This record gives sequence, C-alpha cells and structure tokens, in this order.
Amino acid sequence: MTTQHPPVENWATDFDHTDPQWVADPYPIWDELRSSCPVAHSERYGGTWLPLRHEDVSAIAYDTEHFTSRSVVVSEVRPGPDDLPAPIGLAPPITSDPPFHALARRLLLPAFSPRRIDALEPFTRQLCVELLDAAAGRTELDAAVDYAQHIPLRVIVRMLGFPQEDADVFRRFVRMVLEDVDQSPEERQAVVEEGELDAYMDARIAEHLADPQDDLTSFLLDAELDGHKLEPAHVRGTMVLLMIAGIDTTWSAIGASLWHLAQSPADRRRLVDEPDTMATAVEEFLRAYAPVTMARLVAKDFDFQGQRLKEGDWLLLPFPAANRDPDFFPDADQVRIDRAENRHAAFGLGIHRCIGSNLARMELRVALEEWMRRYPDFELTDPGQVTWSAGQVRGPRCVPVRVLRGD
Amino acid sequence: MRVHVDPEKCQGHNRCYALAPELFDVDDLGNAFELNDGVVPPALEDKARRAVANCPEYAISISE
Repeated sequence: MTTQHPPVENWATDFDHTDPQWVADPYPIWDELRSSCPVAHSERYGGTWLPLRHEDVSAIAYDTEHFTSRSVVVSEVRPGPDDLPAPIGLAPPITSDPPFHALARRLLLPAFSPRRIDALEPFTRQLCVELLDAAAGRTELDAAVDYAQHIPLRVIVRMLGFPQEDADVFRRFVRMVLEDVDQSPEERQAVVEEGELDAYMDARIAEHLADPQDDLTSFLLDAELDGHKLEPAHVRGTMVLLMIAGIDTTWSAIGASLWHLAQSPADRRRLVDEPDTMATAVEEFLRAYAPVTMARLVAKDFDFQGQRLKEGDWLLLPFPAANRDPDFFPDADQVRIDRAENRHAAFGLGIHRCIGSNLARMELRVALEEWMRRYPDFELTDPGQVTWSAGQVRGPRCVPVRVLRGD
Repeated sequence: MRVHVDPEKCQGHNRCYALAPELFDVDDLGNAFELNDGVVPPALEDKARRAVANCPEYAISISE
C-alpha cells in the first residue's frame, strides 16, 4: 500500500533511496555522485541531502551542533521541533541529542559490552546449528529466508525476554518502521495512530512489571536516571529501538556476506583452508556491504561543501557509501577478506556508534562459521532471484543457493 | 613502543581489544584502555600497529 514515486532521472538533483535502481545496486550511483557532487540534494521527502565522501559523512556524524538525531528515518512525515518528546526522542538514545544522549546511552552500554555479548555466543551457535539441521538434506535453500533472518531475531527476542513465537509479529513491525517509508504522510500517520507497536510493547512491559525476569526489559524497567525510574515512554522507545535495530541490520549483514560467498569460490576456499581469516573477513564484509544508512535533521542553517543546508532539511548519512570511498580505502570497490587496515564506519562514527556492534559482529561471525562448516561450497541458484530491501537498511531478502558440497 | 587510547575519542568500537587483547581491555561501558601502562613488548609491535590502523575514530596513538 505504498505511493509510487516517479522514477529518478537525475541522481544529483532528484535522488530517492527507495528507487528500484538504488535498491538493486546503489554503488555505481554513489561512485558517480561522490566524484561529481559530492553532496547531492533532492526535493523528495520535503528536501533531503546526501553526502558521499568518507570525509563529509564523518564530519556530519561528529557535528551534533548543526545536525540533530531527533528523527533518523527519512520518510514523508518530517517531525517539527515540537512533535517529538524532547530531549528523549521516540527511541532513546538513537534519537537523542547531547547532553541527554550520553545519559540514556550509558544506561544501556553495559548490557552490550564485549563480555556480556560473549555470554550469548553458545546460544547463538546452537541456534545456527538448529537452523542448518532444519534444512538438512536439502540441496537448495534460501540463505536469507531459511537462515540469516532468524538469527538476530531470536537472539534479541531472548535478550528482551519476549515470547519466541512472536517472531512473525516482529518481522512485520520491522517492515513497517524501516521499509514502508515511501507511504504517503496520511498512510504513515494512520499506522502510527493505530498504535499496534506501542500496544504490543505495553503488554510486554505489564508482564515484566508483574513478574520481573533476568532480561533487558526488566533491566530497563528497573533502571534509574538521576534517581528516578525511566519514564514509560523512554522504556518503550528503547525497547522498540532494540527490537527494530537489532533485527533487520544483522540479518542484512549475514545475508549479504553469504550472497558474496556464494559468488566467490576463492573466498570460500580461503575461509575453509585458513579459518583464522574469518576475523578480517567479517570486518571486510561489514565495510563492503554495510547495511545501515542513518539520517539527521539539519538543526540550524549551515553552509557545508558549497551547499546551503536549511534548518529542518533531512540528511541521509550513508555509512555504506563512506565505506566505498576510494580516497579513504584502497581498492574500495574490491572485497579483500584479508584487508589488514580497515577503519570502516559500518557501525557509524562518533557518539552514536551502534550500541549493538559487539552483538552484531558476534552474530555475523558465528553465523558464517557454522554455515561454512556445514556448506563449504555453494552457489546462487539464480542471481536474478536475489532481492534487496528498500530504505535505509540494505540487505538481500532472498538468496536462493544450491549446495555444491555439504558436510 | 607504547600505545595510548584517547578516552575522549574512543567510542567503544572494540576493534583494538578484538585485535590485540594482550595490549587493550575494555570497561563495562565498552570503552577501551591500554594495559600495562601502554608498554608494548617487541613481539607485539605489529599487533599494536594493526590496532591503530583499524580504529575508526583514530583514538589510538603510538609513541616509540
């Protein structure tokens, strides 16, 4: 039920991140704009900017004075200064600005520290093995549908202490928030007002208040800022953030990595023969196929790279494009799984560094290790059947593969 | 050789700790700090350089 946007004819003046050409293969578009613009502008979504160079993406990520994180998903509904619960934002801390941001973030960080995440590795590995067992004996399967999408979903559901059988409900919420961004303002507003997502979260909060558990939901309900329990809107917003941000993104990274490996016999062989290469391979997949483009709103008028950015304009912050900047990465368009120097920005830069980066990295590594152990050799059944998600999280949604050699 | 993590620049990407746990550790918030006053044994100098070269925030420096 989405409004059709007219096809893009000029990427420098009319880009649209939901256009089928961008969705299918954004890299040539970004390369062209990076060398010609390098900050593109489009009237779509009420006015949107797009920096492409690593240098510019990085400068904006560090600049919390001229850019606000009040909304980080570009859509037809652009929130005005008074439309969101300042200073928290709808989904703290990703939608929070300094100084509140640091408080909200500090609260969550311990739950995602390397040691806390290490403790989830056995569960994750067992989950991967079970998914592979469920497909045992098949010579064709879908690396995204049958494997990648289930892994981050079930891990975050476990962390939040939600019912595992709610997986389908979760998938629908994720699509609603991240992919249906080309809906008309009326359609999108209606979805928000329906309040299904909030109602679901409120039900989980009520259950946890009545019967506290050793999970993230109870942790949040028990947490205090300045001696006070968090406001219900804060708890709910953070839960929505963890659910949404924890699923689509890592699913995309796992799927894109398997999509790459399906087409690279040399990289498959290397990972089998030299398993230690996995450490650099994971970082290189994150660089080359970084799933997440963030967004900002311009907080005050600002001259940037010869352009006049106006207060209230959207700005896409494409970390995946920064990761392909040839002025920053040698052979930026080549996937080198042993790349030794790799300051990629897949998890963002500055104060909003992805809080789940340790979790995502662990899930990606374990998912690839278990897949390669089971299927050291596989190929795409039909490259034409591979489909990619639209919006700010990029990843393959269908990756049908044929098993060439099973274990 | 010594390594130093600038706590103002570190955002907890955790790359140094993953690459060289002999030289770096992270606190409960995920922020990195150098071990052993940052002193790098000769055998770990390559690891130290790699940690520097993979920090997205340019938070690690080396002094010889």
